[in-house]
Amino acid sequence: MQEIEHHYDDLSVIYERPATLLDTRMHYCPGCGHGVAHRIVMEAVEELGIQETTVGVAPVGCSVFAYHYMNVDMQEAAHGRATAVATGIKRCRPDKYVFTYQGDGDLAAIGTGETIHTVNRGENILIVFINNAIYGMTGGQMAPTTLITQKTSTTPYGREASFMGNPLKITDLLAMLPGAFYVTRQAVNTPAHVRKAKKAILNGFQWQKLNKGTCFVEIVSNCPTNWGMKPVESNKWLEEYMLPFYPLGDMKVPSKEELENG
Amino acid sequence: MGELRLMKGNEALAEAAIRAGMDAYFGYPITPQSEVLEYLTREAYNRTQCTILQAESEIASINMIYGASGAGARVMTSSSSPGISLMQEGISYIAGAELPCLLVNINRGGPGLGTIQPSQGDYFQATKGGGHGDYHLIVLAPATVQEMADFVLDGWQLAEKYRNPVMILSDGALGQMMEKVELREQVDRATNVIPEWATIGKSKDRERNIITSLFIQPEEMERVNLRLQEKYKVIMDNEIRVQEQNTEDADFVIVAYGLSARIGRKVMEILRAEGMKIGLIRPITLWPYPYETIGKVAGRVKGFLSLEMNAGQMVEDVRLAVNGQCPVGHYGRMGGIIPGPDEVADVIKTMYAKIQ
Repeated sequence: MQEIEHHYDDLSVIYERPATLLDTRMHYCPGCGHGVAHRIVMEAVEELGIQETTVGVAPVGCSVFAYHYMNVDMQEAAHGRATAVATGIKRCRPDKYVFTYQGDGDLAAIGTGETIHTVNRGENILIVFINNAIYGMTGGQMAPTTLITQKTSTTPYGREASFMGNPLKITDLLAMLPGAFYVTRQAVNTPAHVRKAKKAILNGFQWQKLNKGTCFVEIVSNCPTNWGMKPVESNKWLEEYMLPFYPLGDMKVPSKEELENG
Repeated sequence: MGELRLMKGNEALAEAAIRAGMDAYFGYPITPQSEVLEYLTREAYNRTQCTILQAESEIASINMIYGASGAGARVMTSSSSPGISLMQEGISYIAGAELPCLLVNINRGGPGLGTIQPSQGDYFQATKGGGHGDYHLIVLAPATVQEMADFVLDGWQLAEKYRNPVMILSDGALGQMMEKVELREQVDRATNVIPEWATIGKSKDRERNIITSLFIQPEEMERVNLRLQEKYKVIMDNEIRVQEQNTEDADFVIVAYGLSARIGRKVMEILRAEGMKIGLIRPITLWPYPYETIGKVAGRVKGFLSLEMNAGQMVEDVRLAVNGQCPVGHYGRMGGIIPGPDEVADVIKTMYAKIQ
């Protein structure tokens, strides 16, 4: 086949894969927010120039293979225990940047105890929490964050509070703890939201240096496959149903003094 | 000669851990081993600036161990039976990810919440798996306060040599009793070597390090298992520790470990004084188990008694080792009761008479 001639010399690259994200095909479904979330976490690592001093912890759930894509040293934790694993790492290597990347089942169901105590101790780590209101990897079962009336494979008639309990706003809960330094809820369903979410991730990494407590970034995300929707449709559903219950914004922000007197 | 002190088993173990250059300890209080955490919070940081953290649960403790070991630190946790049960998932992950660490079980009576009194009811759990999947811990069984201290550094060296978790399986009596102990010199933590596989940040000159026990492709998972089995074989070939006493001329042998071995020794003395030729085999490593030593002795004696503080767990390994060459009996007390030498001596006399 004849090679096609390109005349790109006059063009410059303005958007490319960060070097911290490996050039591998992801296992995520088309339209899933994990890809974007992975990207902004790794962009932050690249922009801050901390690839050599960052250690990540992957959860059990859809993002169990995060370490296949993130080009940093990583540990794969048992289900729910990522923040305990991160505590072990950070306590022994306090000069490293340590983050966990966890879904709602991992962080807010089976790992609730570890999550709360890690933040309460004010471990100087960044926790990235992906909330898509469902268990993805196991095939769409009810998550602690599943909305009332939302249908899943284990709430086939919709989640009912009197029977299955209420969706857990764990981020609000964590914001009440003195050990939390920065708590925010973001989303990745629109370009504007992605930019804000990335800023939050950047903050979470940078502020580890201050040793003043845990940075926690919730990212409200979608799960087109298990929600049974097309990607665009799922992002609309997220906007329409998830965000009213999980409103975006900061829940705990360090004061100027706290940031200055690092 | 090292420094001599009169110490509780639990405290001797904690002191030995500080001296062995421990980088971090994560634990949760439970009787009868809380002295370990208490001693370390009092002594350790001031002396070596190591990390001592009281976790919110044994589950958190073992996963902190996973993280810290994965970051190349020399780490330890300790607990007692119910707490060790809680850790089993994490221990399986640690074995799967091949992380060196030291686990201490000050065994108390079970099942369930059980009792806080000493027991050897966790033999199966420690030596046959405990958690899910095909893996082994290297299990060391101290019988004295001295060994409670000595096995700490020995344990870490084994763990680091083989990238495998090591368990010190002791019991509530050894943890609480006071004996003279000779302490080793302080290891300078600065000399601890961070292994090249540790996750401490990917430098430019190497690929990223990944600590995981997840191998989703069956072929890969089998390869990992085969490699683990090869490692276990090397450990079985090289690391068995066992003590024999009076087995040369014996025609009946007691097999016992830990606290039971002390009782077994007394029983042997009582019966030898009465003219009976009794020997003692004390497995020091419960895994790998000294099958060969017992098998050899089995060819020239009339019988064995496995003496344990449980319903009969190690006796299964004794029978495997003896392989039908002679009768094997078991005597054990449960629920935290320590058998007296005289009652054991009577059991042996009865068994001995039947064999004759």
